[in-house]
Amino acid sequence: MSTMLTIKDLRAYYGQVQALHGLEFSLNEGSVTTLLGANGAGKTTTLRAICNMIRSTGNIEFEGKPLTGMSTENVVRLGIAHVPQGRGTFTNMTVEENLQLGAISRKDVKNIPDDIERMYAHFPVLKQRHTQQAGTLSGGEQQMLAVARALMLRPRLMLLDEPSFGLAPLIVRDLFGILAKINREDRVTILVVEQNAQLALELAETAYVIETGRIVMSGTAKEIADNEDIRKSYLGY
Amino acid sequence: MELFTNQVLAGIATGAIYACMALAVVMIYQAIDHLNFAQGEMAMFSTFIAWQLMQWGLGFWPAFLLTLAISFAGGIIIERALFKPLTNAPVLVHVAGFIALFAILNSVAGLTWDFTIKQFPSPFGSSGFLGSQLISTHQAGMIGVVLVLLLLLFAFFRFTRVGLAMRAAASLPESARLVGINTSWMIALGWGMASAIGAIGGMLIAPVVFLEPNMMGGVLLYGFAAAVLGGLTSPFGAVVGGFLVGVFENLVGTYIPGVGNELKLPIALALIIVVLVIKPSGLFGRKIVQRV
Repeated sequence: MSTMLTIKDLRAYYGQVQALHGLEFSLNEGSVTTLLGANGAGKTTTLRAICNMIRSTGNIEFEGKPLTGMSTENVVRLGIAHVPQGRGTFTNMTVEENLQLGAISRKDVKNIPDDIERMYAHFPVLKQRHTQQAGTLSGGEQQMLAVARALMLRPRLMLLDEPSFGLAPLIVRDLFGILAKINREDRVTILVVEQNAQLALELAETAYVIETGRIVMSGTAKEIADNEDIRKSYLGY
Repeated sequence: MELFTNQVLAGIATGAIYACMALAVVMIYQAIDHLNFAQGEMAMFSTFIAWQLMQWGLGFWPAFLLTLAISFAGGIIIERALFKPLTNAPVLVHVAGFIALFAILNSVAGLTWDFTIKQFPSPFGSSGFLGSQLISTHQAGMIGVVLVLLLLLFAFFRFTRVGLAMRAAASLPESARLVGINTSWMIALGWGMASAIGAIGGMLIAPVVFLEPNMMGGVLLYGFAAAVLGGLTSPFGAVVGGFLVGVFENLVGTYIPGVGNELKLPIALALIIVVLVIKPSGLFGRKIVQRV
């Protein structure tokens, strides 16, 4: 299994405030990895730094290619789809237009309608609502739409920021089931940031625990889940 | 009754031009959240270019189309050279930029083509439209061209990928970047299109107001009034606002004693103030339906 994403000595800043202090980790191709940690630990910042949405220093390599200095849109065009916190839905556009937008940077225009149908197969509720304004969807439906929109890029790597946030437990189950399926069937590598550690550890193979901008623990998801100390001090369950 | 019909139709005709200017203003406002005070001067400059091309022997329509292309490129160049560097600058810096652009275009046009009034030909002529005395062929042509323009714009934003990308970039820039849209170029494209739309307005109104460097001052003011009335966030509203302002201006000028031609312009200003006080989002300003 080859390494897809390597992060070395990542430091990120919000104005004068440093949020990441030399973060290091890597992702294997085809894997599901989770980044765990408390509020404010730097999970979201890490994802934002990968897409160059904030000021950062250090080395990030995607498939051997450094991402330093690249604009967000060009990082995305390499095949890195980012589902941001708050979902980034285009609320005043229809569900179908949102899906079209997910594929807007693709050159193979004629395959897009098929991919939209595939998304409707993954998420039947989106098909029922495809002409509706995306802002009228429920939170769960909007999260499904955000994941579907990200998949329309045909990404190699998908970054998910708190996909379970604000959703009912049953819907979260559904969503994580679909993510596992997408990872399995479409070979999309997934990096998921979660506060719901229990759930994330069920989905992921590898886990990193992050605290005040540093990786403090890493291992297989099972190791992390079984370690009572980590669970109590970092994951809180 | 005939006077009334006549005034309404004439109002719709000039309203078509206000709609053009309002649309141009709204396009840039959507992209960068600022009102382009130089929109009228850009249109005036484009009209001079068309005039120059015709002086050099081009027919009206070839000159018209070539002017659109030049204006489009010019709009993009203005954005890249002047406003892209100001992206994160405060409002007042933008205002200064717009005023500078206004002054530069106005002076350069005066220097190049001087300030004397010039005739600008109409491709439609000025006889009665379909033999009627109510509206001239040029006025009918103005309405027709603007309606075609609106249809094309609607189709562009509704059915093309670039149009979709532009809408996305205007409504949520960060999300747009996350789907791989180069939002910076979408803004430049918006400037190019606004510049071309303004050029259409300028070339259509020039046969009526005559060509000179200050010809667009009043027109742009009505354009602003139209944009505010329709709601600055709504291109559709800008167009409706344009037609409404055109008709309103004519009816007030005709039927309210003492207004006449001289006081029409303050009417536009009064309209802006009334709309801002009573309904700041305009008639069609964005109402976002959202469930969380």
